[in-house]
Amino acid sequence: MADKITLEIARYSPERDDKPHYESYEVPVYKEWVVLDALNHIKDTVDGSLTYRWSCRMGICGSCGMMVNGEPKLTCATFLSSYARDGKKIRLEPLRYFPVVRDLVTELNDFLSKLKKVKPWLIRKDEPPLSQGEFLQTPGQVDRYKQFSMCINCTLCYAACPVVGLEPIFVGPAALALAQRYNLDSRDQGAQERTAMLAHPDGIWGCTFVGECTRVCPKHVDPAGAIQQYKLAAVVSWLKSFVLPRGQDK
Amino acid sequence: MPTRNLESTKAAPNYTPFHPRWYRPHVSVYWWLGEWHYLKFILRELSSVFVGVVVIEALMLIQALRDGPEAYAHFLQGMQNPLVLVLNIISFFFVVFHTITWFNLAPSAMPVRLRGKRVPDVLVAAPSYVAWIVVSAFVSWLILQ
Repeated sequence: MADKITLEIARYSPERDDKPHYESYEVPVYKEWVVLDALNHIKDTVDGSLTYRWSCRMGICGSCGMMVNGEPKLTCATFLSSYARDGKKIRLEPLRYFPVVRDLVTELNDFLSKLKKVKPWLIRKDEPPLSQGEFLQTPGQVDRYKQFSMCINCTLCYAACPVVGLEPIFVGPAALALAQRYNLDSRDQGAQERTAMLAHPDGIWGCTFVGECTRVCPKHVDPAGAIQQYKLAAVVSWLKSFVLPRGQDK
Repeated sequence: MPTRNLESTKAAPNYTPFHPRWYRPHVSVYWWLGEWHYLKFILRELSSVFVGVVVIEALMLIQALRDGPEAYAHFLQGMQNPLVLVLNIISFFFVVFHTITWFNLAPSAMPVRLRGKRVPDVLVAAPSYVAWIVVSAFVSWLILQ
């Protein structure tokens, strides 16, 4: 007989509730079960109205992020057994600082519009003909941006960042890291185009380097590092504009 | 293939998009008290005030030295005030905390690359610590000799 653990889950029905309340569910603890398995078990056998997002179950889609005992986690990568000791409970809440649509589902439109604003795609000033072949990169050039390209847009970093909660206009860690990912790509020529959005009080200068985004990132992207590196690059570029008023970008 | 009649869609009267009542959580003024990571961040930010205190004291010391032995003796007497002593003890701990936290954060803001590979963070932070120890040892030697 498997051990049992209690899940306290935040429930919110926009039709009935003014604010979320908690409901408790007892689930078996199997050593191979993650929190998402427990949620699926509840939805399948106990309460079909429980609402949450999930898809791949393997830490790639970034859908199943929730607050697990106050910590932003991907529930597909968080084992029940790590909480099962000493009769502990698991409290599940929707990701912090996001509006809640229902139960554990957050509203992502604000994040998606911020993501689009930083133009996270390759921008070229010139478009060489296809006959020239693909853009080649050395392993060193790939290595410069690879870490920042591992982002899966799970928004755990937004739930960890107090600036996001206090200043909702802040572009936020994932979007800024992704912008820096393209700035550092040798194939990209759009760094200047992104500057207006990035070197802005709502962009990199909104970040106070709490560093929590990096700590909670399940893909080890280090958004805090990306933002500080961009801050440094922005200051150097600003100083250069005094020393070399012409041709600083050359 | 059936085609959508755009004209009739445009003309659809009184169309109200579904907009759920989102719950918008409130961020408490005391958000930083609940978690050690946040508290550590606030203490790191607060430490700047004490760094400022130490800088002002250092400037006052230089001014006293410039103004002669009497002014210097007066400065030293002021420093012996119990309240100033308590402030300096607190400032010392905050300045050490400030230094360590910023030295540890430096590698993520300034990654160093050698031959295309990123140098480990420990090695980037190490020179700061070495310089700190060397300068502290030199100042101690100056005072104690």
